[in-house]
Amino acid sequence: MNVKELIKVAWKSLLSNKLRSVLTMLGVIIGVAAVIVMVAISAGTEATIAEQINGLGSNLVFISSGFSRGGPGMGAQSASTGLVYDDMDAIKAQINGVAGVTVDQQTSVTVKFGSTSLEEITLVGTTPDYPTVRDVSVATGRFFTANEQERTSKVVVLGANVAKELFGSEDPIGQTVTVNTTKLTVIGVLAPKGLSAGTDYDELVYTPISLVFKKFMPNMFARFMGDNVRQIIVSVDPDADMDKVIEQITLLLNKRHDLTAETSTISITTQEDIIETQESTTASFRTLLGWVAGVSLIVGGIGIMNIMLVSVTERTREIGLRQAVGATPGDIQVQFLAEALMLSLIGGLIGVLAGVGGGWLFGALSGMRTVIAPYSLLLSFTSAALIGVFFGFFPARKAAQLDPIEALRHE
Amino acid sequence: MTAPAEVVPIIETVGLKKVYGSGDSQVTALAGIDLRILPGEFVAIMGPSGSGKSTLLNILACMDRPSDGQYILAGEDVSEYNRAEMAGIRSRELGFVFQSYNLLPRLSALDNVMLPMMYQRGGRRTPREQREVARAALETVGLKDRIHHLPSQLSGGQQQRVAIARALINDPILLLADEPTGNLDTKSSEDIMDLLHALHERGRTIVMVTHEPDIAHHTERVIMIRDGRLASDRKNGERAKRSEWQQMMSQPQVATPGEPQ
Repeated sequence: MNVKELIKVAWKSLLSNKLRSVLTMLGVIIGVAAVIVMVAISAGTEATIAEQINGLGSNLVFISSGFSRGGPGMGAQSASTGLVYDDMDAIKAQINGVAGVTVDQQTSVTVKFGSTSLEEITLVGTTPDYPTVRDVSVATGRFFTANEQERTSKVVVLGANVAKELFGSEDPIGQTVTVNTTKLTVIGVLAPKGLSAGTDYDELVYTPISLVFKKFMPNMFARFMGDNVRQIIVSVDPDADMDKVIEQITLLLNKRHDLTAETSTISITTQEDIIETQESTTASFRTLLGWVAGVSLIVGGIGIMNIMLVSVTERTREIGLRQAVGATPGDIQVQFLAEALMLSLIGGLIGVLAGVGGGWLFGALSGMRTVIAPYSLLLSFTSAALIGVFFGFFPARKAAQLDPIEALRHE
Repeated sequence: MTAPAEVVPIIETVGLKKVYGSGDSQVTALAGIDLRILPGEFVAIMGPSGSGKSTLLNILACMDRPSDGQYILAGEDVSEYNRAEMAGIRSRELGFVFQSYNLLPRLSALDNVMLPMMYQRGGRRTPREQREVARAALETVGLKDRIHHLPSQLSGGQQQRVAIARALINDPILLLADEPTGNLDTKSSEDIMDLLHALHERGRTIVMVTHEPDIAHHTERVIMIRDGRLASDRKNGERAKRSEWQQMMSQPQVATPGEPQ
């Protein structure tokens, strides 16, 4: 039998049982489409995360302390072991290769304007350098200045969503909002930035850190300018050696807080660390999805095997006849393998189309980002083909081993 | 019993045995058959059911292997061939006609006839040639105007004609028929026998199993099988006269069939 005849015979056989062939293929179609959609979802998630991490700002180093997060009741010790506002100035002044430094101290507040009240809004106390370091831009108005920071001006900059929820289409600039019990003047609204590493920047409001210390964390006010901050964010000069900068910062902070390398509680995280963490998370997510999709592909294969076994039984007489007119066991085996392979290849092809369409549709409907990965098309299609051969092998061998005399007697 | 040197028998069996099962449940289907069939013969094998005639035909058709003894097909000892080799012999040397026609129901008469060519090794015709040959074969069996019909659209006699055309398509040296008229009415049976006669006249060697004496009477030589042995082997007088060379054929030893081994 040549390849052309083989294809023709297999095709005719599949056509003779259209519904059954389609149902059998459906298993493969779903399996292949599932692989593609799953990969598209995880690839989309990865791409989003990568963008978010890039959106954190360039070459960022996050410094935080193991304790003294600025909660109430901090003893004298916290001044020496926790990060304080002055550490920021020290880094700015003493470390080479630092492009910008800012701090952030967060607290949860209620923001009111007119009859609208937003609860559990995160208020970020920071410095005027914040937009530069965190790579956020101001959409309307402006960020607060060093002067306002020093004078503890009652000004606030709103995240895009907060502004929208409070003011709708109204212009927020110059309006007064009530944060907890303090009235603050809105001086700016940030451009939308979205979710980044678990924080929705559009849901934040920003004030000078001096104001946070004074109004929203009054227990700390006593020692303003020497006070605890949640984290110091350093933007490293792109040309500078990141490792060297980190080393210098560590030395400096240890010295300032009377710590040694052993007792140090200062933790420094780079953007790369965050990326690695996120990647390992998405990698396990992807693996899980891959398994789910792979299992459905195997189920499709079992469907093929099942139907091929039925087909062998049904066509026992035909097999006997083909053998009688000269088909070798090999001919019979190849013929049934060809049918199984054809089922899985056609199923695979439709599955690829369905997967591409499904991935796109899923993205459009769920709002999740999906990225169709070319490798997933190839991978799932090849898997389908291999599954066709693998699960077609046993039925084909069964057919080939039929005794022609017995087979011809079969009713 | 040696044939003249220039005539190589189509079929020569020596002590052909077939035993099914083992131990106490052993059943002997063939107890030792010695048979010679020369080119151009038209032979009927008869016998009651259970006599072993079907087993013999299956072995002659290279669909089964003897438990013991030899089967030499046109000078080639095929007794020990494996399944693939037997398939090769069936493809090259044999044509088979069944009682129940065994046409593939979804294929047209033409495609059914072409089927054996699909499994030929070497010397294959182009698809166009295959169609031409199959068309010619259908013409030979008188179905020129039915080539695109499905088996379900043909009468029993017509289906058997298609089956005969299929059996002849690879130009076999031996045509084997298992009760070819068993499913047919008298008229169709006569037609099929006439067709087989015509083929025989053109030199085909035909071996046919039947249990109908009327049908067997159409042949030149009738071999009776009983209990797995040759019970008789005689020529049908009027047919035998037709071929002078048949006179040279030695008589099998009917008196002592299947000497024990």
